[in-house]
Amino acid sequence: MGSEIQRSETTLRVNGKPHTLLLDHRRVLLDVLREDLGLTGAKKGCDHGQCGACTVLADGRRVNSCLLLAVALDGSEITTIEGLSADGEGPHPLQRAFLDRDAFQCGYCTPGQICSAVGALAEAAAGHPSQVTDPAAPAGRPVALDRTEIRERLSGNLCRCGAYPRIVEAVEDVIP
Amino acid sequence: MARTAALGAPAERREGLEKVTGTARYAAEHPLPGRVHARAVPACVARGRITGMDTGPARAVPGVLTVLTHENAPRLAEPEDATLALLQDSEVPHRGWCVALVVAETPEAARAAAAAVRITYDTADHDVVLTPGHPSTHEPEEANGGQPTRCRRGDPESAFAAAPVRVDVTYRTPPLHNHPMEPHASTAHWDRGRLTVHTSSQGTGDVRRVLAGLFALPVDRITVRAEHVGGGFGSKGSPRPDVVLAAMAARYTGRPVTLAYPRRHLPTVVGHRAPTLSRLRLGATADGRLTALLHDVTTHTSPVRSFVEVAGTTSGVMYATPNLSFVHHVVPLDVPSPSWMRAPGEATGMYALESAMDELAGELGMDPVELRIRNEPDREPAGGLPFSSRHLVECLREGARRFGWPRGARRAEGPLLIGTGVAAATYPVMVSPCTATAEARPDGTYLIRVNASDIGTGARTVLAQIAADALGTPLDRVRTEIGDSDLPEAPVAGGSSGTASWGWAVHEACARLLDRLAGHTGPLPERGIGVRADTSGRADAGSTHARHAFGAHFAEVAVDTVTGEVRVRRLLGVYAAGHILNSRTARSQFVGGMTMGLGMALTEGSTVDAAFGDFAEADLASYHIPVHADVPDIEAHWIDEDDPYLNPMGSKGIGEIGVVGTPAAIGNAVHHATGARLRTLPLTPDRVLTALTER
Repeated sequence: MGSEIQRSETTLRVNGKPHTLLLDHRRVLLDVLREDLGLTGAKKGCDHGQCGACTVLADGRRVNSCLLLAVALDGSEITTIEGLSADGEGPHPLQRAFLDRDAFQCGYCTPGQICSAVGALAEAAAGHPSQVTDPAAPAGRPVALDRTEIRERLSGNLCRCGAYPRIVEAVEDVIP
Repeated sequence: MARTAALGAPAERREGLEKVTGTARYAAEHPLPGRVHARAVPACVARGRITGMDTGPARAVPGVLTVLTHENAPRLAEPEDATLALLQDSEVPHRGWCVALVVAETPEAARAAAAAVRITYDTADHDVVLTPGHPSTHEPEEANGGQPTRCRRGDPESAFAAAPVRVDVTYRTPPLHNHPMEPHASTAHWDRGRLTVHTSSQGTGDVRRVLAGLFALPVDRITVRAEHVGGGFGSKGSPRPDVVLAAMAARYTGRPVTLAYPRRHLPTVVGHRAPTLSRLRLGATADGRLTALLHDVTTHTSPVRSFVEVAGTTSGVMYATPNLSFVHHVVPLDVPSPSWMRAPGEATGMYALESAMDELAGELGMDPVELRIRNEPDREPAGGLPFSSRHLVECLREGARRFGWPRGARRAEGPLLIGTGVAAATYPVMVSPCTATAEARPDGTYLIRVNASDIGTGARTVLAQIAADALGTPLDRVRTEIGDSDLPEAPVAGGSSGTASWGWAVHEACARLLDRLAGHTGPLPERGIGVRADTSGRADAGSTHARHAFGAHFAEVAVDTVTGEVRVRRLLGVYAAGHILNSRTARSQFVGGMTMGLGMALTEGSTVDAAFGDFAEADLASYHIPVHADVPDIEAHWIDEDDPYLNPMGSKGIGEIGVVGTPAAIGNAVHHATGARLRTLPLTPDRVLTALTER
């Protein structure tokens, strides 16, 4: 206690833009986004990787940003809910589907649900199995996402308002 | 003027785009210049007194501005709610009570410093476990919301003793936590004697009133905003310590301060659903007519603030019986203060009553739907008033038709046992006085202003629909401003009363505006024409009728006889709640309530640790709210009711009833599947396996 704060210069590309920051080693990605970059779309629901509200994409993979020390992510490409669709393009199809299905109420878990679903769709397309994937399914082939698969893959994202059935429908809406 | 199709339409949430794109700002997301972070230090003893406080190591942490304790914190006026008398003395009434507050430049520094505060205590014996027959058990003067603690009609004990068919059973529910996804948070900022607060609250008017009292300020020097609120479920229905501590720290440091509670702090500081023991005695004739209904409730409260979960009251609403009794008892323990959690009393009490009704149906050899229909009352049994509208029988019949009932025998699928269950639900109609303004603008638009709170219900959307309907104008011509204490005063989003209370004032303001506009000739002035409405004296007038919403819940479960796991396969609710004002957001609320009921039935339970006085399940890894994989397709339907005794929209509250009957429906389905009757929630695998073994 009382010692100097350890800091390191770190560069993150966030939603396509590079940011070089002198970061406290204790600072997690979530707090970099929320406190340093003003991107408060990623939410702090538990700060312990238990609720998924902070989910963003790091190099295309979904992560709990509250569990990642930002200095360890130097050079990473981060996509947050604010950057899911390019400027001027209007909402991402999944954001549109969430609106169409009323797949949220209070909205606090919503950015995490959406980022997580984007990540899950990519994982399934890349052939990543889940706990409920048929073990006999050929490895490496895209996994078809039925409701059981969607529910399993999104179970790290809690919603206290109970929007789950509508979220599953919204995800189904954007499955190619 | 022609009515529009606005009311009842599935209008999209007005703030939806902000929420799905991440631009909606919640209470901790207002980065004012110079904003710093506060972190509370919770007491780590169950009861006692602080004898020593060494804040030196904490203050030495780089980035720390100050550490507030009872020795240096600003003095507060004595609050009505003693849980807000923070850092005022050395007493520790329960574990988790705030004993110090660190303010630092960053959340990391605040966290490190909070861990570095050294406190010594003189500990006292504590008693935190609710047991039947606890020596401190007593009947309180009143229960939640000033409701009577007891009711007695006829001679229930004698009638029960004489009944040919009897059920005498005790049901238990554990402490439960609200755990909205947004932890309680506040950002406070003083500027030349004026306090501005962004807080996560179900009612900013109450927050302002309470802060004015605590800080001895006139209310017009305080503004409290809650533009977006990440859920509340009752725990944000009254000001919690975060807003007081943030305001205190901001005044002390002269900086804007955010206090965002860590998830693990919530159970001890924001209230919880108190545990209940419900003894149900039901007496009936051989053909299934109730002759006696007795519901005895025992619950706990804290020494800081009395709160009595009214679990017995709904037993005076549901079924015809000449002999009726409910009574509440409470045991003061050294526990954190319980408070409101979605359907406080209704959810716990109806779990017990509706499970006992299922047991009675079993004793009688009757279909449980038929038993309920046979005991349909023509007046409210407790109060004797006629119902303003009551369509429980229709809900049961419609649910039965949709779900597939009468049910067959239970089935087996390998190691799984499949069963179905039913339960009824009810929730009272509440409404409070409210003010609102309506303004016509020269550009043909209208502005509605009312300090309503949208905690995820879709308040700003449904209020716009009510206004559009009353004004006979398209929905997109109506703008609504809510969530700010500078707006016309309005009651809290609680008791499923928000839409009724706010909507009544909005409706009335719009009607007055139309009158005013009818008398106006020529173009509107630049500033528009505005009117104000106040429903005091009418919204809070007593009714000649008993007013309640009703519903029926049906569940299908699969019970794994190897692991003891219960999974819900189907869940269906049918509700009779007046006119439904927005079919899209209403469905989401019903389904959300049922999901919380599913959690109450199967996954959610907290334990007060006897040795430490803490909640053992304090975070989301140990307190299991339902996740995607737990929740099947859930159906919510409703029967439209035309009820002239409610409000100008003809609506009843819908935010809480979904949770009310769901736990019993699931528990009854587990009984149907397995033949085992479990009487303690939640129905976790350990309990189910034990019950299957003892079967």
